[in-house]
Amino acid sequence: MTEVSVAKEDRAANGELVVLKSVNKHFGALHVLQDIDLTIARGEVVVVIGPSGSGKSTLCRTINRLETIDSGSITIDGKPLPAEGKALARLRADVGMVFQSFNLFAHKTVLENVMLGQIKVRKVDKAKAEEKARKLLDRVGVASQADKYPAQLSGGQQQRVAIARALAMDPKVMLFDEPTSALDPEMINEVLEVMQQLARDGMTMIVVTHEMGFARSAANRVVFMADGRIVEEAVPDQFFSNPRSDRAKDFLSKILHH
Amino acid sequence: MRCGPTRTAPYPTFATHPEAREIVFDFLSDYDDPSLLGAFWVTVQLTFLSAVGSLIWGTLLAAMRVSPVPLMRGFGAAYVNIVRNIPLTVIIVFTSLGLADIFGVALGAPDDFEVKYFRLAVLGLVAYTAAFVCEAIRSGINTVPVGQAEAARAIGLSFSQVLRLIVLPQAFRSVIGPLANVLIALTKNTTVAATIGVAEAALLMKEMIENEAQVLLIGAIFAFGFIVLTLPTGLFLGWLSKRLAVKR
Ligand SMILES: Nc1ncnc2c1ncn2[C@@H]1O[C@H](COP(=O)(O)OP(=O)(O)O)[C@@H](O)[C@H]1O
Ligand SMILES: [Mg+2]
Repeated sequence: MTEVSVAKEDRAANGELVVLKSVNKHFGALHVLQDIDLTIARGEVVVVIGPSGSGKSTLCRTINRLETIDSGSITIDGKPLPAEGKALARLRADVGMVFQSFNLFAHKTVLENVMLGQIKVRKVDKAKAEEKARKLLDRVGVASQADKYPAQLSGGQQQRVAIARALAMDPKVMLFDEPTSALDPEMINEVLEVMQQLARDGMTMIVVTHEMGFARSAANRVVFMADGRIVEEAVPDQFFSNPRSDRAKDFLSKILHH
Repeated sequence: MRCGPTRTAPYPTFATHPEAREIVFDFLSDYDDPSLLGAFWVTVQLTFLSAVGSLIWGTLLAAMRVSPVPLMRGFGAAYVNIVRNIPLTVIIVFTSLGLADIFGVALGAPDDFEVKYFRLAVLGLVAYTAAFVCEAIRSGINTVPVGQAEAARAIGLSFSQVLRLIVLPQAFRSVIGPLANVLIALTKNTTVAATIGVAEAALLMKEMIENEAQVLLIGAIFAFGFIVLTLPTGLFLGWLSKRLAVKR
């Protein structure tokens, strides 16, 4: 409990970066997000965990408005999410997103993937964009693959390029939606290491993942979701060793057996 | 082989009897104006201009059909479903009788009938072919995984940028084959322009068949002419389609 209040003080000191208030969303009759209240401080790393279908992906997607919400509000750095148009596009650029299936642009080279947003959204000139892209590719360890097409890379390499592509926009916050779920086991660590480094560098991150090692070592907080609700929030050690809710206990017993 | 070196060919050929060539193809020299090549040149121009026009208009229609604006989607769908179900002849005749003669549309050439009807034919061919281009591109758009557009939106690209930079380039690459079919059909469809008197290949063929005896030969010459136009197009686009295929 004391740990939780320490985390809260931290958050207040750093300022709130992402704030969701009473967010509700339906897919037809399905109430996927139910009264979600969630605040993420600058520099904080939050792991979102929960059974499949509990609304974790939808939560991520509403934060950069790939999905609309029915009620409530979402603000990024104090600014409410614009409905659509140019302002929304600009805001999306401030929120980096990494998908389970990488989604690198298949018809562009690795280097072009990382340059595109800089040039077309941030209006950076080509030479600068390339310089930055190469630096980022180096940082995620795939500099030697710059001129290849995504299909020529392994899954782990593709996901690291996807991280570089998101970082190229200088996002204020990064969303990761099960970034290692589509990877072969031997490639999971190379991606987690990049994410861990990012966390150490102070990036604000919301990470949907079942990788407990990552949660324990990099996260400030674990948010447990079930049936469209946030059921429990705690610091990682407390959550994994001593979950309070029955849903969380049940869920953890299932994933720990794997 | 058995007949020995002194044997001559049993049947006269154009090679052994040059005069035969003159007899058979003699009638062609009556067609200097319009000449055979001239008529096919008009066909090529009709095809090229209509191809460019229908690629542009068809792409815009496809963009409308996937746009988030319901009014645009409605217009795109209505256009395609109406236009592709009207016979081309009706559309071409409408551009000439309807647009030109009743509404006085002259496309910048009110006095030069040849130019006016040529342009009207291009307009009709573009309007018609664009519906098929649109559907080909739309099927191509459907082959692009939604994740591509989502990733593009997620880095802050606008709707039109997502379409122009990510979705359409991939869609085009996957539909070069179907677009080649549309282009080949267009080349042959230009013959419908004869209906409103555009002096392309089919009009000349009709004229020649009315005046000459060698109907089969004339048919063969024109068939060959169209194959010369369409076959390389098909082969080139087939090669291009393989070369540009997006690997996933
Ligand atoms: N586009 C959609 N249309 C309808 N239902 C959806 C859509 N996306 C997700 N869902 C449903 O919403 C629920 C939550 O999905 P999701 O957020 O992907 O869960 P999670 O990521 O936690 O597995 C699931 O029941 C899923 O079937
Ligand atoms: Mg999910």
